[in-house]
Amino acid sequence: MEQRKAELQQLVEDLLREAKRQGASAAEAGVSSDAGLSLTVRLGETETIEHTRDNGLGVTVYFGRRKGAASTSDLSPQALKETVAAACNFARYTSEDPCAGLADAGLMATDLPDLELYHPWKLSVEQGIEQAIRCENAARELDPRIVNSEGATLNSHDGLQVYGNTHGFIGGYPASRHSLSCAVVGKQDDSMQRDYWYTLSRQGDRLQSPEQVGMIAAQRTLSRLGARQVATQQAPVLFQADVAVGLLRSFVGAIRGSALYRKASFLLDHLGRQIFPEFIEIHEEPRLPVGLASAAYDNEGVATTRRAFIRDGVLESYVLDSYAARKLGMETTGNAGGVRNLRINSGELDREGLLRKMERGLLVTELMGQGVNMVTGDYSRGVAGFWVEDGVIQYPVEEITIAGNLRDMLMGLREVGTDVETRSSIQTGSWLIDRMTIAGG
Amino acid sequence: MSDLIQIAQETILAPVGLAEQDLDRMLGELTGSGVDAADLYFQSSRLESWVLEDGIIKEGAHNIEQGAGIRVISGEKTGFAYSDELQLPTLQEAARAARAIIRGGADQSVRIAGMPVPRQLYAPINPLPSLSETEKIDLLRRVDSEARQQDPRVKQVIVSLVGAHDVVLVAAIDGTLSADVRPLIRLNVHVIVEQGSRREQGSSGGGARESFDYFLDQERALGYAREAVRQALVNLDAVDAPAGAMPVVLGPGWPGVLLHEAVGHGLEGDFNRKGTSAFSGRIGEQVAAGCCTVVDDGTLPGRRGSLNVDDEGTPSQNTVLIENGMLKGYMQDKHNARLMKVDTTGNGRRESYAHLPMPRMTNTYLLPGEYKPEEIIASVDRGLYAVNFGGGQVDITSGRFVFSASEAYLIENGKVTRPVKGATLIGNGPEAMTRVSMVGDDLKLDAGVGVCGKEGQSVPVGVGQPTLKVDELTVGGTEQ
Repeated sequence: MEQRKAELQQLVEDLLREAKRQGASAAEAGVSSDAGLSLTVRLGETETIEHTRDNGLGVTVYFGRRKGAASTSDLSPQALKETVAAACNFARYTSEDPCAGLADAGLMATDLPDLELYHPWKLSVEQGIEQAIRCENAARELDPRIVNSEGATLNSHDGLQVYGNTHGFIGGYPASRHSLSCAVVGKQDDSMQRDYWYTLSRQGDRLQSPEQVGMIAAQRTLSRLGARQVATQQAPVLFQADVAVGLLRSFVGAIRGSALYRKASFLLDHLGRQIFPEFIEIHEEPRLPVGLASAAYDNEGVATTRRAFIRDGVLESYVLDSYAARKLGMETTGNAGGVRNLRINSGELDREGLLRKMERGLLVTELMGQGVNMVTGDYSRGVAGFWVEDGVIQYPVEEITIAGNLRDMLMGLREVGTDVETRSSIQTGSWLIDRMTIAGG
Repeated sequence: MSDLIQIAQETILAPVGLAEQDLDRMLGELTGSGVDAADLYFQSSRLESWVLEDGIIKEGAHNIEQGAGIRVISGEKTGFAYSDELQLPTLQEAARAARAIIRGGADQSVRIAGMPVPRQLYAPINPLPSLSETEKIDLLRRVDSEARQQDPRVKQVIVSLVGAHDVVLVAAIDGTLSADVRPLIRLNVHVIVEQGSRREQGSSGGGARESFDYFLDQERALGYAREAVRQALVNLDAVDAPAGAMPVVLGPGWPGVLLHEAVGHGLEGDFNRKGTSAFSGRIGEQVAAGCCTVVDDGTLPGRRGSLNVDDEGTPSQNTVLIENGMLKGYMQDKHNARLMKVDTTGNGRRESYAHLPMPRMTNTYLLPGEYKPEEIIASVDRGLYAVNFGGGQVDITSGRFVFSASEAYLIENGKVTRPVKGATLIGNGPEAMTRVSMVGDDLKLDAGVGVCGKEGQSVPVGVGQPTLKVDELTVGGTEQ
């Protein structure tokens, strides 16, 4: 891996040198190389075995304040020259953009600690198949109402990324990612339901056991059987942690620089204003060892740092790269490429505690569709979940929608659960929101 | 058109010194007892994109991808490997990896033969140089100024122009040798309008398997700009959408995303072979109202979802999925067709050489009925008239689907009255289709912007329909 890293670093340096040679005043380049195994078993038999191997090379050149970019999957020296030439050609036609350019040299990361992101999993195809079969069997054997399966899939990928720019910054690190998932179908009275579960980690030995994954997948499917609609009404809504991640992601999308300078965000001009209740804190921890989204520098080479976005419910910082920052007259927050290991603070209740606190309302376990308008904050999604009375789940529900406005939903957040979803770069417990409109039969 | 094969060989194989005999030999090594099918898929694609924002040409980018995918099938098992290097030793290594699902050695020789593609639905051109860089920039600027001069409330305009030149070559142990050259262009306009403290957005666009001149023809691109602004301004006046079950009238064209989600995905062969679709085992049954006939048609000239041949080398077809409400057939690729003992319908598609093919839609639409659109609206006392949509999603197994309206109006006493905010509509595919009660005579296909995602793979598709009425769908607004 060290040798491969040196090769890719050399490629990046060659790209930057070639860009300068072709007349660019500044340039940045990234190269990636990934390899992996993806296999699926279904009904106890191997269904697919895929060997993946992906290379990519991208270069952005600046001629003063004009920019051009090009990329290719071909890492040969000839392709390298052609790719740089293509990028330079584009820069002849793009406009002078006063905000274009590399991030400021003084912001480049200088310390590049090992964040322990690379944990190769020495797993043969046979061992992988065996794990997937154990996983699917656990799901299929749980209950006779599990009548069919979409299979169990095991993925194991190792990758290497190198980024450099003409400030002299160059960084690179290997990273691994492994996962196991299972989806099964249940049947009751002529109607079918499916659900799934997955486990994901940088370390193969930190995955949930195959049996656990299968069992949870089957339990989730079984719990949906007999789902029905509820009447149109207003009620409190509890977003289970895995779907609450999406709400937090919408918040992040609304404070992202590109949405702000385009005036395409419902949180435009909200810096310093209260947008969550006072007990909410949201921050990112980009240098977390073994973290799913950890990196010591962002996609422009800028040093990453722990940062609070929400403190006491007040918006403290936007999510900016250097381009958006210049557009807004601010400084980059080291978020080129997004947020890294974002966390919201939890209260004291787990999911069951939150159900009791809600008393009567809707527990949402699945969101469908893209009905989030980031310009206005209007929110309307299809959902499936459970109806709750007296703090206890009564029956599964489906074919209903929930609607409201994200601004009201964020302010209406009553509590965040301790049941934190950890399989995502954005992590949160379940969200209890005071009131939304449910549309049903 | 065997010249397609020649173009593909010259574009992909010749530069790396591969000849047809090399493909024969590689395929021969993939054969053996227990091997039911195997193919090689070569691809070379070039993509170019331009973005105008804040009145300036902000980005121009170019991407080149090239590689080969090798697939070996035994019963229900598939082995797959791919490489972005096209040198023979690398390909042979990938072939060994793909073939490792089968034990035993190769024992047959293969002789591929070019099969004529029955028709040419689009010219085998590279659209990227069809306009000069200066002309492309000029086009973007004209679209920008057209949008801005529509109304002083227009505050932001983003225009993007994308062109792709995709050359593919497929060879299989059943003797198939086929190729396609697929141009694809797209232009999108997104605007933000502002009135007092209220901001709204609108977007429009179109595309086809054509050269960039398509956008200049009858000032088509300027029409997208006007349409995006019109939508955004309508939304400035929108009131809260209603909540609950009610009659819904869907406009013609892009609202056909209803069919894509409500029935399209559920009729893809893989889900039905596995028995995981709400439509599984229901061929010959009534699954929609008698006024519904739905087809998947990959043979429409120049359309975004059209293909001369699919990614397994099979000529695309016009496949009747539902005829007068009765389920007639599924969409198939070779693998699922073989296991279900039916013929492939030319729906085997893949995002790229690095992805496995599966049954996918092409252009899916509902055939016209007898009603005038005005009659359909007049038949509704209180309901929703939805004419533009964002995306949709479906759960194949339960049949539940959603699609999100981005431009909709209330119908009160048979008349379209006020615009309402965007809202998600939710229904159950097989149920919703039995509730279609009126179908208009105004069939329209979408403007050519559809992207369909399935199992992580994106492919371009088309949708269409005439105006139609669903007697009851749940509308996800806030106004009770």
